[in-house]
Amino acid sequence: MNSLQLKMGRALIYGLLITFALLYLGPLYVMLVTSLKDIEEIRGGNILALPEHLNFSAWSKAWSSACTGTDCEGLAPYFWNSVRIVIPAVLISTLIGAFNGYVLAQWQFKGSNMLFGALLFGCFIPFQVILLPMAKLLAILGLANTVTGLVAVHVVYGVTFTTLFFRNYYVAIPNELVRAARLDGAPFFTIFWRIFLPMSTPIIVVTVIWQFTQIWNDFLFGVVYSGPGTQPITVALNNLVNTSVGGKQYNVDMAAAIIAALPTLFVYFVAGKYFVRGLTAGAVKG
Amino acid sequence: MFKYLETHLPKLVLAPTVIAMLVCMYGFIAWTAGLSFTKSRMLPQWEFVGLDQYARLFSNPRWQVALDNLFIFVFLFILVSLVLGLLLAIFLDQKVRAEGALRTIYLYPMAISFVVTGTAWKWILNPGLGIEKLVRDFGFTDFEFRWLVEQDMAIYTIVIAAVWQSSGFVMAMFLAGLRGVDDNLVKAAQIDGASKIQTYWHIILPMMKPVFFGAIVVLAHIAIKSFDLVQALTGGGPGYASDLPANFMYTFAFSRAQMGLGAASAMIMLCGVLAILVPYLYSELRTKRS
Repeated sequence: MNSLQLKMGRALIYGLLITFALLYLGPLYVMLVTSLKDIEEIRGGNILALPEHLNFSAWSKAWSSACTGTDCEGLAPYFWNSVRIVIPAVLISTLIGAFNGYVLAQWQFKGSNMLFGALLFGCFIPFQVILLPMAKLLAILGLANTVTGLVAVHVVYGVTFTTLFFRNYYVAIPNELVRAARLDGAPFFTIFWRIFLPMSTPIIVVTVIWQFTQIWNDFLFGVVYSGPGTQPITVALNNLVNTSVGGKQYNVDMAAAIIAALPTLFVYFVAGKYFVRGLTAGAVKG
Repeated sequence: MFKYLETHLPKLVLAPTVIAMLVCMYGFIAWTAGLSFTKSRMLPQWEFVGLDQYARLFSNPRWQVALDNLFIFVFLFILVSLVLGLLLAIFLDQKVRAEGALRTIYLYPMAISFVVTGTAWKWILNPGLGIEKLVRDFGFTDFEFRWLVEQDMAIYTIVIAAVWQSSGFVMAMFLAGLRGVDDNLVKAAQIDGASKIQTYWHIILPMMKPVFFGAIVVLAHIAIKSFDLVQALTGGGPGYASDLPANFMYTFAFSRAQMGLGAASAMIMLCGVLAILVPYLYSELRTKRS
């Protein structure tokens, strides 16, 4: 290959990579510029046009006064609903997953591998198949349409993933460690606390990010198990976009969509490495 | 007593999860299966009617549309995501500059929820103000692009948005696979006079077989479960032209008080997932053993 061909090849590679980068960035760019325009500007220009001047009124409207169905309090209350759902659900499911993984990897007993297999199946079932009985159970427990109910649902179906993460992480640690500690008389929880927890930082980060993204982005459980006042942000966003009192306000829709996406995007840009690791662990080995 | 606790502690720690699993997964699946054989509507009622709900399901034109859409969606979504993901991974693997930044850009949509993705693309594809207007502003004044409101085309808008969201993930999987290829193999092929394209086609791609399978399983799984994207992007419309089975199930089980029918559709979805999963797990286990 001569150098001209080589250069053309490189140019082609970079050209394609950059074109695709622009295509992937496109929707975010369109959302951002649309959210900063007023409605006349949107109707007059096109989706790629830059706003003439920065106008943040759509943002404040999306946050505090846009209508989501009959309520007109913006996304703020629902944002906090999501926070109130996500924090306990992530913490509890991660903690349970850590203990489960510790047992399944280091304290194996007869049938423990079979249990793990049976649990893994939960990563794959389409949730439609549990929606109806879960609604019934929540109603019986008095948890229908409550934040607590949603936390419980997310914990139950999140534990399959968190257990998988921790089990696969702890299984790589030689069992001699536990055996030696037991000979010294160290009990179950002490071994976990002193030996396993201190070396678990990476897998805790991966699990927390995975669970946070899954639960923040959930729509199915949110739309089925929440009621007025307890809806998470994804459900509120969908309601906001489909409420057209006083004409469509595309700028408010876009500002609201960015607000709903910000927490997970923030996590992705700060801790992308762990995010990718969670994806591959959760999806491939799952 | 203390001794007993100590020896059984691992099992006790696992017990709550096992109970939750037995009730909320296997128990609930059995409950839904049972319900699908009854004539339940608004409330569960245990009067068995055999396979009637399944017969009703498959004679329901809306379910037929949802199934047809699922086949279109699964096929195109997987095909385009694989091609795009593989292409980007191969190009990124050519020791390019700013690889980290490009990778971050291709993968960021995966961090966004399907509801946000749907909202964004609903605006971009807006008939009148979206891409149509953009192309018209460039001077093609007759340009028409109204897939979002066209019966036959609405399902393809779902493919576009889903590919945008998930292809970066396929790229990440392939890139990890390509990084695992032994450099010496590639060098040996090139010494033998193979061109770059030949090397990829004949040597590297066949080695990516497990990645292909893994990616197909993941993508098929995403596709069958797809619910929120349709809900946010088209609302299943126009009419019910872009419904997927998950949306059908939701509509009939929760908005139309047709529990038995909803349960039957959920069971068909489960069977669909199993049909993909079981052969995959079987082959995975077999290769691990050998």
